[in-house]
Amino acid sequence: MPQPSESPSPASPRLGFAARNLACRRGERLVFEGLSFILPPGAALILRGPNGSGKSSLLRVLAGLTPPAAGTLTWDGEEIHEDREKHRRRLQFVGHADALKLVLSAAENLGFWAGMRARAPVEPAQIGATLAQFGLGKASALPCRYLSAGQRRRLALARLTLSSAELWLLDEPFSGLDADGAAQLLTAIAAHRAGGGRIVISTHAPLDLAQATSLSLADFRPAPDRTSEAVA
Amino acid sequence: MSPFVLLIARDLRLALRQGGDAAMVLAFFALTVILFPFGIGPEPELLQRLAAGIVWVTALLAALLSLERMFGADYEDGSLEVLALMPLPLEAQILAKCVAHWLTSGLPLTLIAPLLALFLHLEASGYPALLLGMALGTPVLSLLGAIGAALALGARRGGVLLSLLVLPLYIPVLIFGVAAVEAQIAGLGARPHLLLLATLLVLALGLVPFAAAAALRQALE
Repeated sequence: MPQPSESPSPASPRLGFAARNLACRRGERLVFEGLSFILPPGAALILRGPNGSGKSSLLRVLAGLTPPAAGTLTWDGEEIHEDREKHRRRLQFVGHADALKLVLSAAENLGFWAGMRARAPVEPAQIGATLAQFGLGKASALPCRYLSAGQRRRLALARLTLSSAELWLLDEPFSGLDADGAAQLLTAIAAHRAGGGRIVISTHAPLDLAQATSLSLADFRPAPDRTSEAVA
Repeated sequence: MSPFVLLIARDLRLALRQGGDAAMVLAFFALTVILFPFGIGPEPELLQRLAAGIVWVTALLAALLSLERMFGADYEDGSLEVLALMPLPLEAQILAKCVAHWLTSGLPLTLIAPLLALFLHLEASGYPALLLGMALGTPVLSLLGAIGAALALGARRGGVLLSLLVLPLYIPVLIFGVAAVEAQIAGLGARPHLLLLATLLVLALGLVPFAAAAALRQALE
């Protein structure tokens, strides 16, 4: 690599969220290897691939929940493992589970998650506005056990917009959402990216995001003789 | 509200809404203690001799009952992985959860213990030592329990595994808790035993968050 200059080009791995030669192991199976990408501000990465190809695993590695089996993850040149708290501060993760408490109301659930990330107190008006934005205005005081699966999904996603984070990691966010819900999510994603936010999203649905990069995880599947490679 | 306090408040609110768990722990404690006079017979001298031991052993078992839910509910609904990605370090979150757990199990157990000791004809001079010992010892039960609860996450028959992991760790608390009451009754003073319980509490406060956080990270991998 040449000497890093004072103003690196956008393609330089020093700028942005970059993965290099990432590999992931689940149990004894190598799920993917040799995976690299760079995500500059405002970029979107769409993960595609059949079931079991490691989309969720990759998202968990990117979040820092699972350590990669090989490779490095850097943010503006700094390894994310060096300052985990800094990395947690800049990311929001929405996984398969909605992470909602069924006995708490929609507003209480959202208020809790927002408060856990906020430096300043979260105003009830802000929570109400976010709920309305996701079409949950009327359900605000209802305990979550009375919400439908789609409504719970919307509520889980509403978490994203209430506190700012530079990186969104979304695992199949469209599953269970109706057309309205999907449109609201796309609006939120567009606003997030317009503000310089990055997003990594796994989906099976056809997804039309402006200037998004697609990554097919099937391309990074290890050669057959290596998939069952014993723990090195 | 700081995230630490917010997490405590949320767990307390959940305990209040679900109600059942905390009440069950208390009911188990009371019922089991009351079984002893039936089992051993109503001789006051015998019960008096066993009172401190019965109350403490039963309190340990009651505290065990609610441990599984400490992280279990959050693990099942996906909250735990979202919590693990919050800016507040996992170690601090574990302390917050222990505080909430103690407020809904250890504290009520401590408050009701003197009442149950009455059934067992505990010597009058033993009550302050029982109350103080429980106040110092039950937080240790919540803290040590957090390690077990984190380790047993995701395991089949986690509840049984949890008991096997945690009960041996509870032995020191039991020894000093009972010894404090007996020493007080014998006129030797409970102070050394209570100080040892306080030492256990300080040690657990310092060490448990790290051990439990490591176990939780493993469970979430």
